[in-house]
Amino acid sequence: MPRKLSNPFSTSSMPHTERSGERRPSQSKGNRLTQFFSQKPKESLSAQQTLLAMQQQQGISPATISLPTISLSTATAGEPNSDEPPTTLFQPPSADEARKKQRVDAQFGPLLSPSHLYVSEHHGKPLEAPVEDEPPYYFVLTTYISYLILIFFGHARDFFGKRFGNKKHYETLKAQNGYAPLNDDFDNFYVRRLKMRIDDCFARPTTGVPGRFITLIDRKSDDFNRTYKFTGTFTETLNMSSYNYLGFAQSEGPCADAVEECVRKYGLTSCSPRSDTGTSDLALEVEHEIAQFVGKPAAMVFSMGFVTNAGSFPALVSKGCLILSDELNHASIRIGARLSGAVIRSFKHNSMSDLERKLREAIAQGQPRTHRPWKKILVAVEGLYSMEGTMVDLPGVIALKKKYKFFLYIDEAHSIGALGPKGRGVCDYFGVDPAEVDILMGTLTKSFGANGGYVAAEKHIIDKLKSTNAATLLGESPAPSVLMQISASLRIITGELAPGQGEERLQRIAFNSRYLRLGLKRLGFIVYGHDDSPIVPLMLYHPAKISAFSHEMLKRKISVVVVGYPATPLISSRARFCISSAHNKEDLDRLLAACNEVGEILQLKFSTGVAGGSEPLPAGVSPEMEKEWRKANGLEGVVKPPRWRLEDVVTRGELDVKDQLR
Amino acid sequence: MDLQEVQTQLTEWVNEAATVFHKVPGSAVLLRYVRSSYQNDPVRSAIELILVIFFIRYLLAPSYSTSKQNFIKLTEDEIDELVDEWVPEPLVAPQTALEETDMEKLPVLVGPTGPKSKLANGRTVTNLASYNFYNLNANEQIKEKAIQTLRAYGVGPCGPPQFYGTQDVHMKTESDIATYLGTEGCIVYAQAFSTISSVIPAFCKRGDIIVADRAVNYSIRRGLEISRSNIKWYNHGDLDDLERVMQKVVQEQSKKKLTRRFIVTEALFETIGDLNDLPRLVELKTKYKFRIILDETWSFGVLGRTGRGLTEAQNVDPTQVDMIVGSLAGPLCAGGGFCAGPRDVVEHQRLMGAAYTYSAALPAMLAMTASESLNVLQSNPEILLHCRENIRLMKGQLDPRSDWVVCTSAPENPIMLLVLKPDVVNARRLAIEDQERLLQECVDESLANGVLITRLKGWPISNSIGLKDGGWTVQPALKICITSGLSKKDIEKAGVTIRHAITKVMTKKTNNKLGLPTA
Repeated sequence: MPRKLSNPFSTSSMPHTERSGERRPSQSKGNRLTQFFSQKPKESLSAQQTLLAMQQQQGISPATISLPTISLSTATAGEPNSDEPPTTLFQPPSADEARKKQRVDAQFGPLLSPSHLYVSEHHGKPLEAPVEDEPPYYFVLTTYISYLILIFFGHARDFFGKRFGNKKHYETLKAQNGYAPLNDDFDNFYVRRLKMRIDDCFARPTTGVPGRFITLIDRKSDDFNRTYKFTGTFTETLNMSSYNYLGFAQSEGPCADAVEECVRKYGLTSCSPRSDTGTSDLALEVEHEIAQFVGKPAAMVFSMGFVTNAGSFPALVSKGCLILSDELNHASIRIGARLSGAVIRSFKHNSMSDLERKLREAIAQGQPRTHRPWKKILVAVEGLYSMEGTMVDLPGVIALKKKYKFFLYIDEAHSIGALGPKGRGVCDYFGVDPAEVDILMGTLTKSFGANGGYVAAEKHIIDKLKSTNAATLLGESPAPSVLMQISASLRIITGELAPGQGEERLQRIAFNSRYLRLGLKRLGFIVYGHDDSPIVPLMLYHPAKISAFSHEMLKRKISVVVVGYPATPLISSRARFCISSAHNKEDLDRLLAACNEVGEILQLKFSTGVAGGSEPLPAGVSPEMEKEWRKANGLEGVVKPPRWRLEDVVTRGELDVKDQLR
Repeated sequence: MDLQEVQTQLTEWVNEAATVFHKVPGSAVLLRYVRSSYQNDPVRSAIELILVIFFIRYLLAPSYSTSKQNFIKLTEDEIDELVDEWVPEPLVAPQTALEETDMEKLPVLVGPTGPKSKLANGRTVTNLASYNFYNLNANEQIKEKAIQTLRAYGVGPCGPPQFYGTQDVHMKTESDIATYLGTEGCIVYAQAFSTISSVIPAFCKRGDIIVADRAVNYSIRRGLEISRSNIKWYNHGDLDDLERVMQKVVQEQSKKKLTRRFIVTEALFETIGDLNDLPRLVELKTKYKFRIILDETWSFGVLGRTGRGLTEAQNVDPTQVDMIVGSLAGPLCAGGGFCAGPRDVVEHQRLMGAAYTYSAALPAMLAMTASESLNVLQSNPEILLHCRENIRLMKGQLDPRSDWVVCTSAPENPIMLLVLKPDVVNARRLAIEDQERLLQECVDESLANGVLITRLKGWPISNSIGLKDGGWTVQPALKICITSGLSKKDIEKAGVTIRHAITKVMTKKTNNKLGLPTA
């Protein structure tokens, strides 16, 4: 590990010795942990005590110190929070405290104004697919040409390289010594000749907590990204890349404290699959909590999100069954479906009419060749699609489910915690009873800052899955520390631990998501996804712009995820911003300013205005009157491409997000 | 009169058309060709004309799917009726009796996993069911390191490795494992169970050939299934059979394009516990130009002087093995799995290993724990000796002395698998379920006497074996995991308890069942 001493941003990642010295002595360890698991009435009390004790000992707590009034006024008026000791607020902080505060703020930004909150909730109307704007033909054409050039040059280089090039680099491509080449397919060509060119935008090594800011370890390459050298420096960047929706990636605070206690008490792992001795009281407790949280009678946890899907499908369906899967479903669903032995068909992304057509055809025709009726049909959708930022049309699916009697499997990998007034995923967001969905699956990696996944369903289903799911029978069970992180973060979300904080986190991410999406649209970018979704993809199109955008943002100390083919269709390369509760408006404004600049440099402002971001209506014209107003002024069908000035975006955004976005 | 006008008009048009046609470049050639071919052979021209018409018709025909040849057209009303009538099966079948008892009897641990564990019913028992071979779970030094990591990195890395999920801790763990094993590189996955299922399809594609041992574990089978390669099986542990299969493959493939060929096998077999012969494997591999994917899940941290696995135990250069897959979740008390090998092999997986690319990275704490555990193993190889001594003691209590069971595990394997002796099975005509039931009773009996052991869970494998997989049956077995955390006396005592439990169950059964024990 590179020595951290040379880190210029040592505030966010201090050397171990210094930190362990400053860490709060854990005198109440075993005691507090047992309190977590005692009966209900005591729990909330102990949570309060924990919080209080923490504030007294540390002086600061991330969400409360910066604006202690927030969690009170916005969330829970009259909560016992008000008897917090007010002393810490008005004392000038010591150097130590200031450093600590800076460190805490780097993980979870302070809320700047109580108006920067919004409740993520669906407002009744049928969910409309977001309008997808398209770039001018010139850009589409040049994108294709770029790929053609890249592929042509790649093949030319391979052709000559294999004959005259450095042997070391072409060894694996050629049959040698009687062995067939290890990698010679198109995937490999793609990796070597296209991805390698922009490889430095991927897998950037990081250190420290992936919170509001993330510290990158600087590296450079002298041989065109074949190998990297560490320069020994670090860059602290604004983190728009991690799936840290609710900001639980923290090394301070109630979660981390609980985890530390847990490691001391339970050790590091359970050293066994669930079916042997991997079932601990902690695991059962977490399963119970998750079930309660998502609103299902039972749940089971896994040590990896990927395997939750990959293992569950074979346990649910088999030969003679049909899986209808959204075309944009995650790879883990596709692998799980393939392993199950069932027939797989896909339907157009989020298109209920296509799903219905496929369902009618499937039920009418039965199994291929034999025409026997299907044993069962399982429809697999995701709650929130990680590359598009779109949400599933859950009311639509439920309506179909009632008619066609299929089973519904929702992968809430991204939506759990990130959507809904209580953060309980798409069901919560749309106000659908979770009992209407057969299987609710999700990951614990994203919103909870832990690792692993869960499946929640009726008790008899979970019981059966526990005895038939190979990942439970043979795969390692989640580590106690991970389980404790899940438990603690869940308790914060539900308000059991550190009351008010959970609600603040939920409302902050909702505000941030809407604010950034609206801002980018107004600046003139093409942005995909539904308004309330915390995943904001910004379209880049050209392969060259993938790396250019990433580099320009890095220059402005912002780390972003850029994706191209094969994760997206060939032409729609994009940058993806993942919004977090840990960001505040200042961070988003910084991002908007950077995007504005980079957008000008790279010519990214393609939007035609059909997807939103248009000028506000003149005073006195309400959205309902818009149609008439347009008619009266002869503006029917006129869409002006939005190209707002940055200042207007920043000043107006705060107010406009709370209304219906336009 | 009119007719004449029409005729002249027509001729005019025809003439006009002819001049236009003549102006088209190449028309003269076409005309000449048609004329001459017609003169030579009018039938040929007719056939050509038909062909042209057919071609045009084919081009204009609506496209149809070949898969829908079996499609029956139904009216909307008929479909509605079918939809109303269709009754799906329940999502899951009810639990079987065995599954129910398994679930009822599932031990729930309260507090940490250790040599002595506390159960939910309040009893403290000797735990011989966890893979905590060196009791590193209780190691204060490792715990302290993990907590330090927690305070610097939080718990989850909140992203897949390709998108800012790679932390310096992961890179350190990877290089630590690579140095420890002596390979060029290493890649760490977030879960051991899915590691090999992801490594195999990253390299083995459609058309490639894999030769695999019939007894390979469930994860490998899953990987083989996803890979869609051409899979051949050889009898378990029979390397002569392997050679025969390889020879056949080479013969069959000699005239075809060279394809990738792999041997997939385990170092210590999960379902049997016996040891593989790596030097022979390497010899065969070089002779027939295969690559080896070796699953060291159960041998990494176990075999060899310092726990480097099969390569160290049998003095094989690790670079001779193309891919070594292992687990960090077992004796190392961390989490995740790894694949070690040459640099190209490792880098290829960073994009093509599904479980690596599409999953969040391993929590920093667990990665750090793995590094630290390796450190402990390297600096104190005596704990391995201690564990082996315990294995010997336990085996002495069970294997030679029992009339009922026999241990199939290798002498170095801390996971002792005890199967019912074949003559017992034959004499009592015990089906697989009967054996499972009997062994579960042994587990219950020994737990009643304060020793926690478990059964081998062979169900997923038995269930996943199709006809073409060579008809392998997993023999039900008792699983006893030895730990160095127990003293010799404790181990011997536990051994006696288990032996007595087995005897009690088996003799009790004799009274109810036909026949006397033959042993």
